[in-house]
Amino acid sequence: MANDPIHQFQIHRLIPIEIGGLDLSFTNSSLFMALTAAVGAGFLFSATQGRGLVPGRLQSTAELSYEFVANMLRDSAGSQGMQFFPFVFSIFMFVLVGNLFGMFPYFFTITSHIIVTFALAMTVIGVVVGYGIYKHGLSWFQVFVPSGVPGVILPFVVLIEVISFLSRPVSLSVRLFANMLAGHITLKVFAGFVVSLSALGALGIGGAVLPLLMTVALTALEFLVAFLQAYVFAVLTCMYLNDAVHPHH
Amino acid sequence: MTMSEDDARRGKTPTVGSGGEASDAEWTARRADLAERIAAQRARVDGSAAPERKQGGLQGLGEGLRLASEFVAGVLVGAGIGYLIDLALGSTPIALVIFLMLGFAAGVLNILRSVGKTPPAKG
Repeated sequence: MANDPIHQFQIHRLIPIEIGGLDLSFTNSSLFMALTAAVGAGFLFSATQGRGLVPGRLQSTAELSYEFVANMLRDSAGSQGMQFFPFVFSIFMFVLVGNLFGMFPYFFTITSHIIVTFALAMTVIGVVVGYGIYKHGLSWFQVFVPSGVPGVILPFVVLIEVISFLSRPVSLSVRLFANMLAGHITLKVFAGFVVSLSALGALGIGGAVLPLLMTVALTALEFLVAFLQAYVFAVLTCMYLNDAVHPHH
Repeated sequence: MTMSEDDARRGKTPTVGSGGEASDAEWTARRADLAERIAAQRARVDGSAAPERKQGGLQGLGEGLRLASEFVAGVLVGAGIGYLIDLALGSTPIALVIFLMLGFAAGVLNILRSVGKTPPAKG
């Protein structure tokens, strides 16, 4: 059915690969992930090709994105956190380009699949825990023990802190995935109304103007959400990295 | 700074090289002028940076979506941990009930922490 709003999220095998019983096929999702990485990197490579002292239009865009992420990271994790700049910037660009790719008709939205966003979130949390333990040793786990709590309720508080920490990758990934999925389904449903209504004759074509207007407005909203979610993902990554860099204050 | 002001400033700039050397006094005056303009610009930038955390619009939308998912994630993770403990120990509803409530508390903590009402846990 052409109007199926879920159809756009289906994964097809483009190049079937099977290694040791594992399905490692190159799918349309893989294709768009590779394209996302290539376009993000290609944009920055071509933008920094000129290296003008007075930046051109493309170079300004690259510098703008650099400063945006750099300020974000410096504000939340301090100058010590700047060693994670390449990591945060890559994540920001990947999510942003992936989200914006989804706005092209017939393109696959990689961030509308929870496994993609969850893998990104687990990478972030893995870096936080790994770096925290590498840098501060076992004393990093003090991040779960707030100071000034009476001994009787301390176990509960620590338990709540641990659950709160474990919920971070979940909220990080679910937020991005749910926003992109819901947005694209809404867009598709309203666009489908235009087609179904206009099949009803003259009256229907008149009525189809309303969902068409809605579709136009939603498209603008989706562009906003695409940027906003990339921003939120990067900001939270910075805040979590702050815990790894400065566990005790 | 208005456009006409800018043009006027550019107009009075002494052209070096073509029409003889600019005098020392002129350079000093220009340096003072530049320092003044930089100070003014810096004050403007710093002033506009402070009220940037405006409510509503883009920020408000992002904040709202964030808070909802923070809370839900806390409850879900708590319930998930409880369920796994139940599976392991065979104590069916007990751990689920306890950890669901702990997860609820963690969700509230997530929200309070992300709106900045509670300081982050630092030992």
